[in-house]
Amino acid sequence: MDLRPKLAVFKFASCDGCQLSLLDCEDELLALAASIEIANFAEASSAVIEGPYDLALVEGSITTPHDADRILEVRRQSRVLVTIGACATAGGIQALRNFGSVEEYTRIVYAKPSYISTLATSTPIADHVKVDYELRGCPVNKHQLLEVISAFLNHRAPRVAAHSVCVECKARGITCVMVARGEPCLGPVTHAGCGALCPAYDRPCFGCYGPKELANPAALGEWARTALGADAATVRRQFQTFNAWAEPFRTEGRRDD
Amino acid sequence: MTVPSLLTTADLDRLIRMLADGGYTCVGPALRDGAIVYDEIGGVADLPAGWTDVQDAGRYRLERRGDGALFGYNVGAHSWKKYLFPPAEQLWRIPRATDTIRPLTPPQHPVRHAFIGVRGCDLAAIGIQGRVFGHGEHGDGRYAARRDAAFVVAVNCTMAGGTCFCTSMGTGPAAGPGYDLALTELVDADRHGFVVDAGSERGAALLERLACPAAGDAEIADARARVDETAGRMGRTLATDGLREVLLRQLDSPHWDEVGERCLACANCTLVCPTCFCSSVEDVSDLDGSHAERWRRWDSCFNPGFSHIHGGEVRNSTGARYRQWLTHKLATWHDQFGTSGCVGCGRCVTWCPVGIDLTAEAARLREREDSA
Repeated sequence: MDLRPKLAVFKFASCDGCQLSLLDCEDELLALAASIEIANFAEASSAVIEGPYDLALVEGSITTPHDADRILEVRRQSRVLVTIGACATAGGIQALRNFGSVEEYTRIVYAKPSYISTLATSTPIADHVKVDYELRGCPVNKHQLLEVISAFLNHRAPRVAAHSVCVECKARGITCVMVARGEPCLGPVTHAGCGALCPAYDRPCFGCYGPKELANPAALGEWARTALGADAATVRRQFQTFNAWAEPFRTEGRRDD
Repeated sequence: MTVPSLLTTADLDRLIRMLADGGYTCVGPALRDGAIVYDEIGGVADLPAGWTDVQDAGRYRLERRGDGALFGYNVGAHSWKKYLFPPAEQLWRIPRATDTIRPLTPPQHPVRHAFIGVRGCDLAAIGIQGRVFGHGEHGDGRYAARRDAAFVVAVNCTMAGGTCFCTSMGTGPAAGPGYDLALTELVDADRHGFVVDAGSERGAALLERLACPAAGDAEIADARARVDETAGRMGRTLATDGLREVLLRQLDSPHWDEVGERCLACANCTLVCPTCFCSSVEDVSDLDGSHAERWRRWDSCFNPGFSHIHGGEVRNSTGARYRQWLTHKLATWHDQFGTSGCVGCGRCVTWCPVGIDLTAEAARLREREDSA
């Protein structure tokens, strides 16, 4: 009898990039498959082993009435449910619809809008069911994904730091792009995890991992507008990307609306 | 006490090469990514000749000087602590054993660093961290080994930056004790040299091997005058008189939450600070559970989880975290380690992404008390 815990990967509204991070773990895949039974992972295999599952990784946001029902069934089938990526944890880039009119978008984009059955909003999984752990990122970092699975297998808490991206910059010895070049950077309000990828390439942080604990985007935006001379629309747009719907980015992205 | 020597730029280059030949990894100021940082250097050609920095709260820019000065700027984006107290360090690893638990400590081959261009404030900071890590029965042997192995070439500052306040803290602009050699750069239209003092036996021995002429009285006086003038040009000041008591009387001030509205709790101030020493320890296990590792990493009193105990976070507002940092740095550090935790290098002011100024906040707290 197979005693390995059963893993399932589910997809909602998303680009597949986060689940691909799992397939991207080439060097670790064999060790992973030895430790856990990959029971349901459509991106990897069409062979599906029925639930219930010990660990479910859920990618994507809820954007249709059908998915709003489907996530309830996924929750019922899953002992531990972990959401992965900005779509599942914050609604994703598609949550920009939440700031506008989905009917209007549908009219502009589709020849026959009547075929489209969609919700007015894109929302994170945690708005619909209880989530046991959220792993941030757009996409998630594959090392952090392995760490979450490893922690699950070893019955311990995942080692995923919740501090700012700045801490990663400083640990790597990267010079602050905001202070040394005057470019508004989301690093000080963004949850770590990427290893300061963009600042390492001389580019301000895009905020892919969403707001960190006690994020203060209002103060960052104020400094960008006053001391750095950024225009208000540019600052708003910085907050309206992959994690636009996550508070407090949501409020700051709507400033002066 | 030996007589100070007078070195040319070529002599300084020889000095760096002699240290490298002696087995030291030489690190010093270097231009990287629009800033002066500390990195490995092979000789004077790697130093930021002719460059200076302009620093203010939340702002750092490089500019050209009109001369070829090698040390014509102030403290860099990082501090020397990254070499003595690395951002991440493996403490031990442990394989899954059948019977006993026997952690394996990684082999210790401390790199012998020669630090070229340590300013007075930073030398004082190295002294403070040495006391922190060497404190009590549970001293950190790794830190001590790295510090003892390090050769320090200090530089007496002949210019002060916009966020400098070493004179307020009594740490500069002349480097205090703890150096092996200390340079004062003399750069004019018609000459470029260094008056060099030895502060230790190994420093004196190296100076002797360099065999440079003794500095003349005029040069020694000139060097002293330039450093003295620098003391009058600090970009910031911090009134330290009674500051510990002022801060400890202000623990309930609404000012902390007002700073909390501006502060990002991003931890930059603590990471650039040359005396901040907090770390967290974390265990890592691999997928198949065959081995585990314990790592020590830089942490910060601004980070989530830092004050987490059973039941939650003790300091769960940004204002509370700022208060913790400032009162520890400027007040309770005296009780714990016998000095202030601040050396006046100004990095926390410059490298705060939103320009929060420790000297201004301390002054404001004092004013609030006076006006209360």
